Amino acid sequence: MNDIAIELKGIDKKFGLVHANKNINMRVRKGTIHGIIGENGAGKSTLMSILYGFYQAGAGDIFVDGRKTVIKDPNAAIAAGIGMVHQHFMLVENFTVLENIMLGAEESQVLNAGITKARDELRRLEQEYELEVDPDAVIEELPVGLQQRVEILKALYRGAEILILDEPTGVLTPAEADHLFRILEQLKSQGKTILLITHKLREIMAVTDEVSVMRRGEMVATRTTAETSVEELAELMVGRHVLLQVDKGPATPGDVLLSVENLSVRDGRGVAMVKNVSFDVRAGEIVGIAGVAGNGQSELLQAISGIRRAVSGKVLLQGEPIHVTGTADPSELRHRGLAHVPEDRQHMGLVLKFDESENSILGYHDDPKYLNGMFLNIDAIRKDATDKIEKYDIRPPNPRLKTANFSGGNQQKIVLAREMERDPAVLVIGQPTRGVDVGAIEFIHKRIIEMRDAGKAVLLVSVELDEIRSLSDRVLVMFDGRIVGERAPDAGEGELGLLMAGVEDSKEAAQ
Amino acid sequence: MSVPYAKLPAWVDYGLIPLINLIVAFLVAGLVVLAVGESPLRAASLLIEGAFGYGEGIGFTLYYATNFIFTGLAVAVAFHCGLFNIGGEGQAYVAGLGVALPCLWLDQFAPWYIVFPAAILGAAMVGGFWAMIPGWLQAKRGSHVVITTIMFNFIASSLMVYVLVDVLKPAGSMAPQTRAFADGGQLPRLDWLLASVGLDIGGAPFNLSFLLALVAAFVVWVVIWRTKLGYEIRTMGHSPTAAAYAGIRQSRIIVITMMMSGALAGMMALNPIMGDQHRMQLDFVSGAGFVGIAVALMGRSHPAGIIPAAILFGMLYQGGAEISFEMPQISRDMITIIQGLVILFAGALENMFRPAITAFFATLGGSGSDKPLPAAE
Repeated sequence: MNDIAIELKGIDKKFGLVHANKNINMRVRKGTIHGIIGENGAGKSTLMSILYGFYQAGAGDIFVDGRKTVIKDPNAAIAAGIGMVHQHFMLVENFTVLENIMLGAEESQVLNAGITKARDELRRLEQEYELEVDPDAVIEELPVGLQQRVEILKALYRGAEILILDEPTGVLTPAEADHLFRILEQLKSQGKTILLITHKLREIMAVTDEVSVMRRGEMVATRTTAETSVEELAELMVGRHVLLQVDKGPATPGDVLLSVENLSVRDGRGVAMVKNVSFDVRAGEIVGIAGVAGNGQSELLQAISGIRRAVSGKVLLQGEPIHVTGTADPSELRHRGLAHVPEDRQHMGLVLKFDESENSILGYHDDPKYLNGMFLNIDAIRKDATDKIEKYDIRPPNPRLKTANFSGGNQQKIVLAREMERDPAVLVIGQPTRGVDVGAIEFIHKRIIEMRDAGKAVLLVSVELDEIRSLSDRVLVMFDGRIVGERAPDAGEGELGLLMAGVEDSKEAAQ
Repeated sequence: MSVPYAKLPAWVDYGLIPLINLIVAFLVAGLVVLAVGESPLRAASLLIEGAFGYGEGIGFTLYYATNFIFTGLAVAVAFHCGLFNIGGEGQAYVAGLGVALPCLWLDQFAPWYIVFPAAILGAAMVGGFWAMIPGWLQAKRGSHVVITTIMFNFIASSLMVYVLVDVLKPAGSMAPQTRAFADGGQLPRLDWLLASVGLDIGGAPFNLSFLLALVAAFVVWVVIWRTKLGYEIRTMGHSPTAAAYAGIRQSRIIVITMMMSGALAGMMALNPIMGDQHRMQLDFVSGAGFVGIAVALMGRSHPAGIIPAAILFGMLYQGGAEISFEMPQISRDMITIIQGLVILFAGALENMFRPAITAFFATLGGSGSDKPLPAAE
């Protein structure tokens, strides 16, 4: 019997001059959970896209079950028994679970027979793998964890023996993630093979049997998970020793610099996203807001920074009111000492088509030091950008390079350099390390701590609970637009996880 | 890794790809000529000969190109802000009033160099105003400029018929046009410019507005790439969310950009009115506003690309007229088809050959050098 589910031999892929995958060899044993980790841009997604038929490899062979297989498109991958659960779900939101699962596998023009068959098959799959979902529920009404389950069912319905999961826990609460891992264990015990792509080392340690590490397009190592450590994997990913624990002393909070009182904000569709939220941030402390994405954090940040108009409430910046329900505008707030590193750096924090130096003045472009009257002072702008590039180790060090050509970590450094170098009183940061590689995470975390130690008030929003816990001096948990609890950063992950899932906080309720 | 196409060398991006598109457009146009039983080779040689073969042809080509530089710049400025101003036609048409009225008032007693600045100002103001209204509606009411500028083309058309027939037409005249301007309303021709290279422009109305168009192209470059306003316009165009984040007042930028765009379209009116007809006639814009869209697309919204693209379309206009004169089988409409094909391949299908060309360059670059991943930490 052949016990290798997938073997890749000499897979090579170039995009123009970018060598995304260099001569990749990998074996995945049948009936195991195999992790693939690597920094952003290490080539993980490219490799999986080749395996699932989105791209064609420039060279190399794929063997599925010991047979050489040409995967020219996703249909061929499905026929070979490979299923993929994407990071962003590919579901029709206003269809039911059953309709989504049948989509593309209807079998005839008249749906009735197919529906009956799909319903029976779905029931069997649910029982076999303990994947309970109501087949008649409409997707958009299901929580994210269940939507992901539908994606898994979709792959299984098409007869997948090998499942690829791309960053599956990004949108889940810790409890939902644990549930997902139990499902994966269940699938494994039924003989399925699972490829788990992630950048979270903890997940790799928790569920995988073996792990492959990619760096700069190369497969640098494969380890048996039980015989490796988080430190070793981090070092393999980055190519040098990495400090995973953030080094920080105790906070010395001073005056309240940012005060939010009874703030309520609606989103573009008029849905209330922030409901009567109040909190303070003092000089010299980092207040972290934890929560699953989509619970009002984005709208909160936008209202505080003047981008989105609030419905009601008050915000005080250094004791002076900001007119958040009316005329507050971001450039005014910048002048008053509020710097904002937005959550969505690619669309909000940067203009990707601008060159680096143009982005290094975004929002501060009315500063006279960048201008000669109404004209841009190109020399001053480039000089300023060059200084920041040096100070923040932005690579490549070229202020004239188009911003889209920088890696995620370097793009984030461009934003941080711009906002931090203005010496603001209050720094508001959303998702500081989303899509940023391990090496840059360390750098960014250090800078945030330095800002705190320099006496700034830092408000940090992140969906990475680990990041919130390691950086913050106080943790607020946001659920459904409300602050549902405050904890010390060393509170148990389980406790914070329950709050993030909206389980009523007994302490608050008692008050 | 998420970028499917690698970056191409600049000469491929800005030179080779437009050239291939153009060649394909002419090949397909050749098939059309073949289908009506004429020789494509003869048509091609007539086209080129008619546009560039002699002084008068060149004069006409550049005269048409002047129109298209203005309207192409107008579309390009709006593009940089993410706005699609397809109302250049109407803006130029109404701006005719801004040209004709100063001429009618001043031509009897002021020389052209007094009347010209007044007419430039008038054209820019009236054209800018005509574009400002759709801009304001977009900024404040969210009415899409594509819709409103089209509607404003029709309003402009009706308004100008009324003005020319009922207001500006001299008593007793049968033609819907103003009276002819005296010397003060006539721009000097640039015959000396072509004479300096030994060409005689004959009767071609190649005039001073061509130089104004070149100046306008330079000013547009300065404004878009070298001023704070241009920075804000480009930020808006690339990413409205980033503009909101930067505190750029979006409605203000939209209105200003549309006014600039309308002013540029409006200045096109100087060329036919003061430079050629020396009166304002019905339908003097005759499609230049729409050609501007193709010119801006083909010129990649950059003045350095718009000028050659405008000259190309000037060549199609002038050479096309020559073809229909020499080859009776090929009517004026056939020329429009050829122009349409150029627009189709150079504009709408601009990226059709890009993947193949990129793949070709990837194989060239891939086998030779083995460069490391850029920018990876």
